Amino acid sequence: MGLRSIVLLLIATVALLAILSLQSQFQIFLPGLIEGAWMTVRIAALGCVFAVVCGVTAALLRLYGPLPLRWLARGYIEVFRGTSALVQLFWLFFVLPYFGVSLEPFTVAVLTLGLNVGAYGAEVVRGAIQSVPRGQWEAGTALNMTRGQMLKRVILPQAVVTMIPPWGNLFIELLKATALVSLITITDLAFKAQEMNQTTLKTVDIFTLVLLIYLAMSLTLTIGMRSLEKTAGRGLARGRVH
Amino acid sequence: MLWDWNYTWEILPDLLSAAVITIEVTLLGFVIAAVLGLVLAILRMLGPVLAAPVSVFVEVVRSTPLLIQIFFVYFVLPKFGVTIDAFTAGVLALGIHYATYCSEVYRAGIEGIARGQWEASIALNLGLATTFKDIILPQAIPPVVPALGNYLVALFKETPLLSAIAVLELMQTAKIMGSETFRYTEPITLVGLLFLIMSLVSAALIRVVERLLNRRYAR
Repeated sequence: MGLRSIVLLLIATVALLAILSLQSQFQIFLPGLIEGAWMTVRIAALGCVFAVVCGVTAALLRLYGPLPLRWLARGYIEVFRGTSALVQLFWLFFVLPYFGVSLEPFTVAVLTLGLNVGAYGAEVVRGAIQSVPRGQWEAGTALNMTRGQMLKRVILPQAVVTMIPPWGNLFIELLKATALVSLITITDLAFKAQEMNQTTLKTVDIFTLVLLIYLAMSLTLTIGMRSLEKTAGRGLARGRVH
Repeated sequence: MLWDWNYTWEILPDLLSAAVITIEVTLLGFVIAAVLGLVLAILRMLGPVLAAPVSVFVEVVRSTPLLIQIFFVYFVLPKFGVTIDAFTAGVLALGIHYATYCSEVYRAGIEGIARGQWEASIALNLGLATTFKDIILPQAIPPVVPALGNYLVALFKETPLLSAIAVLELMQTAKIMGSETFRYTEPITLVGLLFLIMSLVSAALIRVVERLLNRRYAR
C-alpha cells in the first residue's frame, strides 16, 4: 500500500477507536488495555534495539570475524531462524532455570524477541553489505584505508540505506510477535485481553478493541519507517555517481 | 541431573505423534493460504471497487498479531453462531493470515507477466477467466513457488501458537509433559530440535524445487 493509503487507514483506525471509547460498553476495558499496550510498546522498543545490535554483530562476525566466531554466528542465525519464536521463548523461560539461570519474564521476552528477529536481521545486514558495489572497496584500497575504516566510512553508510526497508518489515514482525510474551505471564496487551475475556466474557468488544490498538501501533511504525526510508534515501541519491 | 536420557526416550514417541498433528495443521493451513491468497490477488486486480476493501483487509491482517487473530477466530466466531473446534479455528486463522502474505507473492508474479500477453489475449478474443486460467497464471505461478515455499516454512514455525487454544500439537504436548513431570528441559529442547530438523529439511526441499523450476523456466 502507498504511504497515503496507510495514513488514511491509520486515521480511520484511530477515529474508530475514539468513537468506540466514547461508549460506556467499551470504556470499562480501556484503562486495562492501555496499561497492556504500554507494556507491549516497551517490550517492542527494547526488543527492536536489541535485535539491531544482534543483527549487526552477527552479520559482521559472519562476514569478517575469525573462523570460530564465524561458525558461531552462522550457528546462531540458523538455529534462531530454524525454530519457532514460541519454542525459543519457552526454552529461555522454562529451561534456562534448570541450568541455574533464572531471568525475569520481562528480560526473557526482550532477549528472545531480540535474538529471534536479530537472526533474520543478520541476513538483511549481510545482504545490504554485499550489495554495495565492489568498486567502493577498491576505491577504499586505492585511498590506503584499512578494512575497518572502509567498512565504517564507506560501506556501512551506504548499506544502511538499503537495509532500512527490510528492517522496517522486521520491526513490524517483532511488534506482532510481542503478543507471544503474554504466554509467559507478562501483562501485555494480549494478556490483558485474555484476562478481561475470562472475567467478563465480552469477547467481541475486547478483541475488536485489541485488534484496532495493534493495528494503530503497526501502522504508526510503518509510517515512521517509510519516512525514515525517504530521508535516508535522499542522501544516497545525491552521493551516487551512476 | 541436567539431561535425563531415559525420560527422553520415553517421551519421544508421543512427541513424534504430536509432530504429525503439527504437520497436518501446517499442510491444511497452507492449502487455505495458497488458494485464498490467489483469490485475494485476483480480486485486487478486478477494478478499484473490489481492490480497496481487499487491500484494507490484507493490510489489517498483516498488521495485527497472529495470536490475537487465533483468539478472534476461536472466541469471537462462536458469538455469531459459528461454533468450531480449536483445530479448525487454528487452521483457519493460520490459513487466512498467510493468505494475505501469499496474495502479495501472487501479485508480484502476475505483475511480472509482460503486457503483450494481455494484449495478445484481447486480440484472440479470450474472456477474462480464460486469460487468467490459460495464459497468465500458468506463467505467473511457477516463478513464485520458491517464495510461497518460504511462507510454508514460516507458517510451519507459527503452529506452536495453536497451543494457546489447546490444540494438541508439538508445543502443547511438550507443555503438558512438562507440567506433569516438572521437567521442561527435555520436552521443550526436543520440540526445538524437531522444528529445526523439519525446517532445515523443508528449506532444502524448496531449494531443490527452485533449481528444478529454474531449469525448466529459464528464459
